[in-house]
Amino acid sequence: MDVQIRNLTKTFGSLRANDAISLSFAAGNIHGILGENGAGKSTLMKLLAGFLQRDSGEVLLDGQPARLHTPAAALAAGVGMVHQDPMDIPAFSALENFFCASPRRALPSLAVARQRLIQLNQQLGFTVAPDQPLARLTVGQRQQLEIMRLLACGVKVLILDEPTTGITAAQKTALFAALRRLTAQGETVLFVSHKLDEVAELCQTVSILRNGRVVGPQLAMPQPQAELIKLMFGQEGAPAPPRPTTAPPTPASATPVWQLNQITVREGALTVSNLTLSLPRGCVVGLCGLDGSGQQVLLRLLAGRLRPERGQLLLHGVDVTRAPYRAFRAAGIEYLPADRMHDGVIGALTLTEHLLLTRKPHGLIINRADACTQAETAIAAYNIKATPDTPLASLSGGNQQRAMLALLSAECTGLLFDQPTRGLDVVSARAIWQRLLHRRTEGTAIVFASADFDELLDYSDLLLVFFGGQVSHLLPCATMTATRLAELIGGVGFAEVAARDG
Amino acid sequence: MDTQQILINLAAILAGAAPLIFATMGETITERSGVVNLSLDGKMLLAAMTGFAVGVHTQNVLLGFVAAAGVGMLVALVLCFVSLGLRLSQTAVGFVLALLCTDLSSFLGNPYVRIPGVAVPAQPIPVLQDLPILGQVLFQHNLLIYASFLLVPLVWWFLFRTRAGLTLRALGERPTTAYARGVPVLPLQLLYVLLGGALVGIAGAAYTLDLKQGWSYRHIAGTGWIALAIVIFGGWNPWRVAFGCYLFGALQLFATRSQSLIPNVPTQIFQVAPFALMILILVLVNAGSNPTLQRWIEQLPAPLSQPVQHVLARLNTAAPAALGQPFRRP
Repeated sequence: MDVQIRNLTKTFGSLRANDAISLSFAAGNIHGILGENGAGKSTLMKLLAGFLQRDSGEVLLDGQPARLHTPAAALAAGVGMVHQDPMDIPAFSALENFFCASPRRALPSLAVARQRLIQLNQQLGFTVAPDQPLARLTVGQRQQLEIMRLLACGVKVLILDEPTTGITAAQKTALFAALRRLTAQGETVLFVSHKLDEVAELCQTVSILRNGRVVGPQLAMPQPQAELIKLMFGQEGAPAPPRPTTAPPTPASATPVWQLNQITVREGALTVSNLTLSLPRGCVVGLCGLDGSGQQVLLRLLAGRLRPERGQLLLHGVDVTRAPYRAFRAAGIEYLPADRMHDGVIGALTLTEHLLLTRKPHGLIINRADACTQAETAIAAYNIKATPDTPLASLSGGNQQRAMLALLSAECTGLLFDQPTRGLDVVSARAIWQRLLHRRTEGTAIVFASADFDELLDYSDLLLVFFGGQVSHLLPCATMTATRLAELIGGVGFAEVAARDG
Repeated sequence: MDTQQILINLAAILAGAAPLIFATMGETITERSGVVNLSLDGKMLLAAMTGFAVGVHTQNVLLGFVAAAGVGMLVALVLCFVSLGLRLSQTAVGFVLALLCTDLSSFLGNPYVRIPGVAVPAQPIPVLQDLPILGQVLFQHNLLIYASFLLVPLVWWFLFRTRAGLTLRALGERPTTAYARGVPVLPLQLLYVLLGGALVGIAGAAYTLDLKQGWSYRHIAGTGWIALAIVIFGGWNPWRVAFGCYLFGALQLFATRSQSLIPNVPTQIFQVAPFALMILILVLVNAGSNPTLQRWIEQLPAPLSQPVQHVLARLNTAAPAALGQPFRRP
């Protein structure tokens, strides 16, 4: 099905998320939609899928004007979307999710649905067992399930919003193969991403959005990468990564920020035992390992959110083994969790209100004007695309992350960051790291967990490798390579670097 | 107590819990669709009064029930307008409606206090009523009680075995997802809240036209509130909720019988005891979800802690994830 977009506009308050967008996508192709975070890609796709309502403009499907005012209308017209955070129901099984709200003529009964699901699994090389509870599926499998569901509903235009975030390499290969097979059957696929290499690998055309406008309409691939970067990020292009200079020499006598003496800490089934470690000031420590190997346990221990079962924890030389969380906060420790919306920020509150919550209160009455000024300063300093009165939930991921950085107190001495740049584009990620490295030169100790090797190797001074609850000793980053790191994370040669029991 | 007495008691428990079954099934449907209707007790009272009054004037039991169901739906409609339409707090609106309806029932029901009315006629089922044991327990009631027996499997079947039931549960779990799949969220929620309201209305009339015939102030004595608790602790599962209803019925019967056996204890104690006992039982059944208790159980020796954990995990059911949160179109 051909898709033509004419002058589509969508505004949120004073923000023009989509500004008179005109694009056209030919049937039977994979079309890439590129752009940095907040460029308006997701908004455009949600307009096509009827999830959001357009302010003006029109969409033509196969040359006929289509009224895509609700998801129901869009699905009936043959347009379906796999959202970045899969829109499914965690309490249901895979099959129930597949069957739920499907059109009766497509899936007349649960038995038929089961057959169809198994058949689509085989056809597309996916691996979703019908009776698995959704909670046991990986993000990649949930996405596969959504794709199969939309196909079963008879969708002719399949929209995928950042489909490669949070899925494994094998799942990505399966996804790409399946998408190619679908276009061969005449499906139109719209592939939204901020990753250039994926778009180059998969797409026949690419359209580039910047600040809600089209800056590169359906360019035929391949295109020179430098050209695409220039279009995505504007004339200046993407800034070079701010590689850290060598660590500032810390005098041996200076007390480390954190000192762990034979700590044993347990969370759920995972135990990190007998950990002895000292983390100095002005130093970036990267925590790496497969998901759930103990990185988060250490972060939460250092933040005071988790108490050790045995051992001693010193903070600036003071014993805080049994101290409450607020003692850690008072000592200048800040913890930024991975799930921003869930436990990082309060979505319904504005930046001004967040500042009021985090700063020390002066008296009983809020000084709104003052807080507003502070918020404006933070917005300018951190380049946040928002007004002081925008609820944080309506910001893009990169802007939320910058807002969280702006909330950190200036006196912060230790910064714990779980996945600082997950889901951010290159420019946002670099901007975040510029801020962090600035803090580091001021003497803040930064400990972060990440799954991105480049990020770990580019920005760390020291590395800690986790393997099933075991921890290596502090490895200097300068002598580390990506290959070696990958081996260590997988457990190859881990015994050589494992911290000796004290 | 001889066998005959046991059978009489069992039959009395099954019949006595019938209004609770109607009310809890109605509320289960409503809450599974994501809407909390706290007005249950007041709604039941107003419907009970209306059903009785209509029965008195028309001398027709069926019309009484129809009127009661209508009142239940009307109150539900008010809740829908304020909470789904205007997106105000379901809790607050429900509470205010409960108080309003209670007082309305007392005010409007004044002319009907302690006058004779109509009643559902007994209707033993031929042949089946002569079955040994089962006949006496199950088949010597009236149509209302039989309907309550059928309602539980019917609601379960609808919720867990039909396409519409799956969509209904999706509304309570994640309405945004349902919306993204093309489901008309608000119209469906309206439908199920109204359906729940009708069942609660019938529950009210079941008291005035059958089990506690007649009308007086606060005629149902807070049963609506216990119904709300049973739905929550029953984990929104029709079978478990029904079990809770019969358990409460049994406790009430037990209290009434004990009253005559131990005459020197104040009667108020026996009136209140079933409520307190019910809450205690419900809390115990759902104790597994308490983190402190979980940690405490983990520390028990392994052969003891594992079966306990297993049982508690089976008993534990999660609330519909979006219960009480008004849906807003993205």
